[in-house]
Amino acid sequence: MNKNVNRVLLIVAVGLFLSGCGQGWGWYVVDPSTKSGWINLKFLMSGFWYTILLSFVSLLIAIPIGLLVALPGFSKNPFLRGFNRTYVELIRALPVLVAILWIHYGLPTLFPSIDLTVFWSGVIALSICETAFLAEIFRAGIQSIPKGQTEAAQSISLSYFDRMYYVILPQALRRILPAIGNQFVYMLKMSSLVSVIGMGELVRKANELAVTEYRALEIYSVLVLEYLVLILVVSAGVRWLEKKLGADESQ
Amino acid sequence: MTAAIELNGVSKWFGDFQALNSVSLSVAQGDKVVICGPSGSGKSTAIRCVNRLEKHEEGIIRVDGIKLDDTTVSQVRQEVGMVFQQFNLFPHLSVLNNLTLGPIRARGLSKTEAQDRAMAYLERVHIPEQAGKYPKQLSGGQQQRVAIARSLCMEPKILLFDEPTSALDPEMISEVLEVMVELADSGMTMIVVTHEMGFARKVADTMVFMDQGQIVETADPETFFGQPRTERCQRFLKQILQH
Ligand SMILES: Nc1ncnc2c1ncn2[C@@H]1O[C@H](COP(=O)(O)OP(=O)(O)OP(=O)(O)O)[C@@H](O)[C@H]1O
Ligand SMILES: [Mg+2]
Repeated sequence: MNKNVNRVLLIVAVGLFLSGCGQGWGWYVVDPSTKSGWINLKFLMSGFWYTILLSFVSLLIAIPIGLLVALPGFSKNPFLRGFNRTYVELIRALPVLVAILWIHYGLPTLFPSIDLTVFWSGVIALSICETAFLAEIFRAGIQSIPKGQTEAAQSISLSYFDRMYYVILPQALRRILPAIGNQFVYMLKMSSLVSVIGMGELVRKANELAVTEYRALEIYSVLVLEYLVLILVVSAGVRWLEKKLGADESQ
Repeated sequence: MTAAIELNGVSKWFGDFQALNSVSLSVAQGDKVVICGPSGSGKSTAIRCVNRLEKHEEGIIRVDGIKLDDTTVSQVRQEVGMVFQQFNLFPHLSVLNNLTLGPIRARGLSKTEAQDRAMAYLERVHIPEQAGKYPKQLSGGQQQRVAIARSLCMEPKILLFDEPTSALDPEMISEVLEVMVELADSGMTMIVVTHEMGFARKVADTMVFMDQGQIVETADPETFFGQPRTERCQRFLKQILQH
């Protein structure tokens, strides 16, 4: 409670500052040339690790599941197609924050024996929510490959698995790579929600510092910068990967 | 001797539209059959039913004595190769890998065996020097010859061609037809959908004319081109031979 009061006071302070009645900026809290500033800055940046790890692990888990959800969507069997549609519609309707709270605080009541850490609760929630989007991305990617590719693969007797693995997916993946890159950026942002259950990622670190240092403006400004840099770097990485794969294909 | 391919009263619908209407055709081992007919007459559908890219709904199809149904598809596809109008090469694989994929994955050949075989068939289609390239670096005629070699690498008993030269620039048509004539001479059983009547005269044992999902006329080339029986066929031949 005390923390919340502090936070409200901080927000009021920021409001006062913005309306011109404040004391102005106080960058000293994160000034790397002073010892305490440097410690604060290191503390803020220590959140990078979990933000990246949460997003990366969640995406990595969600990719194969998304694919497994997408594939039945192409089946002739209406039951399998129905599974695909129902899964996507249901999971897409689940807000990430609700998933996090439900899994972390709700699930242990059902299964007292499993003891999920904050990290794994976050990963499970993020990856479940992500599978629905990835399934749709895979569906679009696979659909974009001309039917003739499947037919040619069938006419040289390739099994369903081989057709997917050697012919369709390598081409589809190349096309959906930008979309998966986007999803990674989206995950980096969504992972901030795991801060509510106490995961020490970027937002959590900033919150913790803000309540002890009373410099919300500067600290959250650093936070904005941290996400900006992270996402710019990731985007550049995705573009580089895309170019590399694209070059492979055209050579 | 069992027929290589036998269609007996084969019918097929797309929704309400009947694309094949009781088609019957028998192709002996080593026979070359050329199918022609106006657009939409069901030529593609007919040969696509033979390797079950389309599922026929009535009648019986036998390939090398095997009755085609859901349980025998893979067995039948082992016997039948197909060459498409749009080549359908795998763009992300080199020419060599386009050719070795089937033999390695579906025939259980080792990589070196498959490569040796691939090179042998690339020689047969006269482009061994293109093995390391990617499909889009080749001309249309070269791509289609790679597609033919890809089918041959599976060593099928029967080859189906669906308008193999229709997507090609005129100057490339002859290089593909030349390869097909050589194949015909080697004794391969072939069903070719084409409007290349010069090729048809040269290699066909049997000419088939289709219209509105039916086989309207079946004859040896001499009779077919000399005295077509039906008026529909006469009109069609007149039209395409004008070009
Ligand atoms: N997948 C499909 N769904 C619905 N109708 C189809 C489908 N495939 C073919 N048809 C229809 O079936 C008829 C026969 O088609 P088919 O492709 O066999 O004709 P074709 O003789 O090969 O013609 P073309 O010379 O234009 O290739 C056409 O009227 C076509 O519109
Ligand atoms: Mg056709």
